[in-house]
Amino acid sequence: MSGVRVLVGTRKGAFILTGDGKRKQWKVSGPHFAGWEIYHMKASPADPNRLYASQSSGWFGQVMQRSCDAGKTWETPGGGMGKTPDGMPTGESNKFVYDTSPDTGKPLTTHQFYDGTQHPWEFKRVWHLEPSLTDPDVVYAGVEDAGLFRTSDGGKTWQELAGLRGHGTGPKWQPGAGGMCLHTILIDPTNAKRIYVAISAAGAFRSDDGGTSWKPINQGLHSQYIPDPKAEVGHCVHRIALHRSRPNVLFMQKHWDVMRSDDAGDSWREVSGNLPTDFGFVIDVHAHEPETIYVVPIKSDSEHYVPDGKLRVYRSRKGGNEWEALTKGLPQQDCYVNVLRDAMAIDSLEPCGVYFGTTGGQVYASADAGDSWAPIVRDLPAVLSVEVQTLA
Amino acid sequence: MIRVVLPPHLRALAQVKGEVRLDVPGRVTRGAVLDALEARYPMLRGTIRDHVTERRRPFLRFFACERDLTHDAPDAPLPEAVASGAEPFLVIGAIAGG
Repeated sequence: MSGVRVLVGTRKGAFILTGDGKRKQWKVSGPHFAGWEIYHMKASPADPNRLYASQSSGWFGQVMQRSCDAGKTWETPGGGMGKTPDGMPTGESNKFVYDTSPDTGKPLTTHQFYDGTQHPWEFKRVWHLEPSLTDPDVVYAGVEDAGLFRTSDGGKTWQELAGLRGHGTGPKWQPGAGGMCLHTILIDPTNAKRIYVAISAAGAFRSDDGGTSWKPINQGLHSQYIPDPKAEVGHCVHRIALHRSRPNVLFMQKHWDVMRSDDAGDSWREVSGNLPTDFGFVIDVHAHEPETIYVVPIKSDSEHYVPDGKLRVYRSRKGGNEWEALTKGLPQQDCYVNVLRDAMAIDSLEPCGVYFGTTGGQVYASADAGDSWAPIVRDLPAVLSVEVQTLA
Repeated sequence: MIRVVLPPHLRALAQVKGEVRLDVPGRVTRGAVLDALEARYPMLRGTIRDHVTERRRPFLRFFACERDLTHDAPDAPLPEAVASGAEPFLVIGAIAGG
């Protein structure tokens, strides 16, 4: 029987919500890694039992976790799967060290800081994990300060893809209020050599050679908060999304503005249309309709909650510009939550399910592509990320 | 045998309860104790001090014998009571955050 597994990262631990095919009955497990921030948790498309989680804390730094049994048990994979003779796990908490080798790392020294000075890159945490579509041991990690790492041994070791920071625009990148983070990684399902990433506040970038070389893809973006609103880099892109059947079409929620590209990011045009506000964080695409997209408008960059006290998902069935509010089952008064950039996901059942988590700790699900909603849970810690697995 | 008290999150990560007891060869310094701790519990590498620079993580402090040893040099000898196992070496997380 089909079902879904929703992976929820929160400020104080991870939760796994398992639902039936109708997405009405739910079982909640957690908190896993209680008390730690779980920025992201994602499953390998090549092995549904293989999960990866980014566990971090302001006190103790970054820990990577891996599960080979769908989240029942976890291990720190840094030292491999082995145990010492007296039974202790041997895994390190994982090591993310920026590439400073003479060939690739020498010029990768500084980025722009809040005060306009140049500042050295300092690793803080992993924001996003993107497992390979074909190999459960290969995972990309987007980190703060912005960089892209890759493991090919199931999380034991991580190497930086230094061409991203080193392609030339790095010194112009700068942190947003949430830090300078690489938060979005998209792998083209038809061409594993093509990878898209997005960075706050630098913009979107594309590699066509598996991550070795990169170029900014921000033409058409317009950001009033940087000195040159049309600059090559410096844009605070919050999220990009694509449909696997049409990977050259990208959708973007920028700091302000919802954008669309029909040429793999080479150019962008605005499709905010009739949205009540085009500020927001999440954007995602329907599982079966590549022109149907979802956003959650947020009031403004200075008021990070939904406008008018109403939690509304907006859906466009025309790839943008024309949007309808989806409100059935969502609070329509006195609601002041935010939905963070990694906190929306879509399953591939028929009709597709849409899920999102809020800073108020609710995780909402729609089993009818957004027409109606119900909370799976209401009182988790603030939700940082939501992913969903469709189970056979 | 050196006794080390870890904060609760690190005890959970290392899958230990109560104090950790370590053999520390040679001079008993903070660096030597942390070396022995990380060798015994590799999952703690990077959580107390940086992987590369070995700098203390900013929200952690080191106490022993009712003294704050945080700013002592990593290769300074720890108090004799710690070296003899009479007193534990404490790794303390700052009281901060929500």
